[in-house]
Amino acid sequence: MIALQEVLVLGAILFCISVAGIFINRKNVLILLMCIELMLMSVNLNFVAFSHFLGDIHGQVFVFFILTVAAAESAIGLAILVVLFRNRGTINVTELDSMKG
Amino acid sequence: MIEQILFYIVAAVLVLAASAVITVRNPVVAALTLVLCFFCSAAIWLLLEAEFLAIVLVLVYVGAVMVLFLFVVMMLDINIAELRKGFSGFLPIGVTVALIMVISMVLVLASGYFAGPEYVPLKHAAEYSNTRELGLLLYSEYLYPFEIAGAILLVAIVAAIALTHRRARNNRSPAPESQVVVKREDRIRLVKMKTEQQP
Repeated sequence: MIALQEVLVLGAILFCISVAGIFINRKNVLILLMCIELMLMSVNLNFVAFSHFLGDIHGQVFVFFILTVAAAESAIGLAILVVLFRNRGTINVTELDSMKG
Repeated sequence: MIEQILFYIVAAVLVLAASAVITVRNPVVAALTLVLCFFCSAAIWLLLEAEFLAIVLVLVYVGAVMVLFLFVVMMLDINIAELRKGFSGFLPIGVTVALIMVISMVLVLASGYFAGPEYVPLKHAAEYSNTRELGLLLYSEYLYPFEIAGAILLVAIVAAIALTHRRARNNRSPAPESQVVVKREDRIRLVKMKTEQQP
């Protein structure tokens, strides 16, 4: 029998790992996108856990929509990344400062 | 009991794989460990009786989104050493922030608020179908958001293709941008010369 708290703690740990990943890999846009995916996954884990333990399936419907939007977001993000690399030849965040005043 | 053991094993693999995603040197390895993360997450969702979403996670994320990630990682010629510069400098900040967040969240969760008798899962009958329940809700109460989700996916397809598509020039018409920038000196050269006598 899994307890609700254990799943929530797992979700919290995953979320914090992805936050640390955004801090650590702040130059590489690819890893940043992956960290965002990981973050969304930990939030979905919380939704599924509450849906299971409260016996309410509306939480799973919400996870469905989050998955949809996350897939669209990563597709557009990677397309922007490809265009960025084609035009600038780098995906280093610190070099993308052409709009700095 | 067996469920709990399975949960702990899968959760340990999940946390290790997530730590590998943010620390490995090679982006290809990061993408592959992220695939492992999604598989472990799908296993946990199966333990939590969200069967349809677990299958969708494997099909959509592992099958489509991560393949997209791998394609992009392998298409780009990334200088890893340049991107890794400053990695160890940001490491203490990242670990400190993550630890503070983990400790505060775990303190909240360990207060026993979520351990009450109202958080006990229902026992479903043998003929209960998670997919059927989800579909009934999705096509009645959430029909309008469902349509909007479809529209969002269409917009994503159009945007991704429009951003990355390069039209191939397979006709011989002159390019308009080169015609606009052309100057008089590029086309005409005036030469001064003496008149010559007829022999």
